[in-house]
Amino acid sequence: MNALLDLIAVIGRHVLEAARGAGALAMFAVEGLLHAVRPPFYWRVFGGALMDTGYLSLPVVAMTALFAGGVIALQSYTGFAQYHVQSAIAGIVVLSVTRELGPVLAGLMVAGRVGAAMAAQIGTMRVTDQIDALTTLRTSPMKYLVTPRLLAGLISLPLLVVVADILGVAGGFTVSVVKLGFAPAAYISATINAVKPIDITVGLVKAAVFGFIIALMGCYYGYSSRGGAEGVGSATTSAVVSASILVLAFDYLLTDLFFAQ
Amino acid sequence: MTDAFTPSARTPKIRIRGLHKSFGGKHVLNGIDLDVEEGTSFVVIGGSGSGKSVLLRCILGLIAPDAGTIEIDGVNLLTASRGKREELIGEIGMLFQNAALFDSLPVWENVAFGLLAPETKKHNDKHPRLTRAQARERAGEVLTQVGLDPSVGALYPSELSGGMQKRVGLARAIADRPDILFFDEPTTGLDPIMGAVIDGLIVDCVKKLGSTAIAITHDMASAQRIGDQAAMLYQGRLVWRGAASCLMNSGNAMVDQFTHGRREGPITMELRR
Repeated sequence: MNALLDLIAVIGRHVLEAARGAGALAMFAVEGLLHAVRPPFYWRVFGGALMDTGYLSLPVVAMTALFAGGVIALQSYTGFAQYHVQSAIAGIVVLSVTRELGPVLAGLMVAGRVGAAMAAQIGTMRVTDQIDALTTLRTSPMKYLVTPRLLAGLISLPLLVVVADILGVAGGFTVSVVKLGFAPAAYISATINAVKPIDITVGLVKAAVFGFIIALMGCYYGYSSRGGAEGVGSATTSAVVSASILVLAFDYLLTDLFFAQ
Repeated sequence: MTDAFTPSARTPKIRIRGLHKSFGGKHVLNGIDLDVEEGTSFVVIGGSGSGKSVLLRCILGLIAPDAGTIEIDGVNLLTASRGKREELIGEIGMLFQNAALFDSLPVWENVAFGLLAPETKKHNDKHPRLTRAQARERAGEVLTQVGLDPSVGALYPSELSGGMQKRVGLARAIADRPDILFFDEPTTGLDPIMGAVIDGLIVDCVKKLGSTAIAITHDMASAQRIGDQAAMLYQGRLVWRGAASCLMNSGNAMVDQFTHGRREGPITMELRR
């Protein structure tokens, strides 16, 4: 009986801990967003965050999308050739890239690159008293550090996904035309016929959500880090792992919301 | 010399009453009462972990105390409106123990950060609105004041030595001509000569600005150079108060043990063998 009560107590503690964490994260996100509508706004910090999150992530996202598009074309051809439906490859590539692979792969890449950097940067500022120094200089750390990064994530990921969509389709096109012998004009025509505005739009909505999640996780874990280098290390790991899991979870939820019917 | 602990007719610049703060089961501040008169340079000494930094952070609003009152110019910070609290805390300049410079910004932007902060209180003659060019010029002046060449302004904090970082931290603390200055272990990690240089700069700056200063330290030479008055914090309580010049012969067994670094005495260190 005692063992059962102990087990229930342990489960209860974990549930309460998780609920407390979720509540703290939600309040952090709301506070970060509220600062976006209350002046002043730190345009310079926002510009820097936009550069870090968007422009500097461009090479890694571009390469990932290019190869992913090529791989889908190759894999689809291998399977579809058995049923003589190779003509569907262009549609498969464009729909996979715009609906799923563009936003998800860009999200995961940016989570690894930018989420980790945000957590490390803000975490280091926390453990070296720089965040307290901001407060003593009449500057809200949330407004200065968190809000510009949340907005940069929200804005830059859709822009990155536009590039990822174009390069992903280009990767599929290149492999299909150069390696598999498709006619370029027919491939392009099939691509245009297959894709609808909703496919691209939903991909961009997903990207905005993923961008916000990645920035939120990076800022939250960095902001709450404690205990020197080890604390900053754990904050960085937690930011990347949680952002990656949430990107995949929200991908499912948004796909279910938009495409289930 | 005015005794900082004798109630005076004037409202003290800083008045603390019954301040308590615990972390978990550990009582760090256990009923602190303290008056610091305007224009006084006050030093709080005490061993590592005695609660000195927590005391400063409570006054700055970085840590919420469990009980007690903290008044600046007679206004209780803990019950004041947010705007009033920010206004009063905005009059405090702080030199952190490790300088806490923003490593992503060049030195001049660190120094001018408070001058350029858009959240700064209403601008007036004392705190005029500055352009970036004016703020950079002012940063150069303040860097000169702390013995650094204005050209240092173009460097990043990682390119500076520990002593230079402390001086830049001091420049940042005084750039906006605050009414109150806090110094958290200003000489920790510095060699004795650089420590004396920093202390000299602190004394000069405090006198020039006419500010009220609180420094916390466990460096006795520094405490005597900086302070007019001093107090010792032990186990969350102020156990002695007096003139800083009396620190080495206070007549208090705890202070004497601490200032002379004796192993034997009323202060016991918990060491596991």
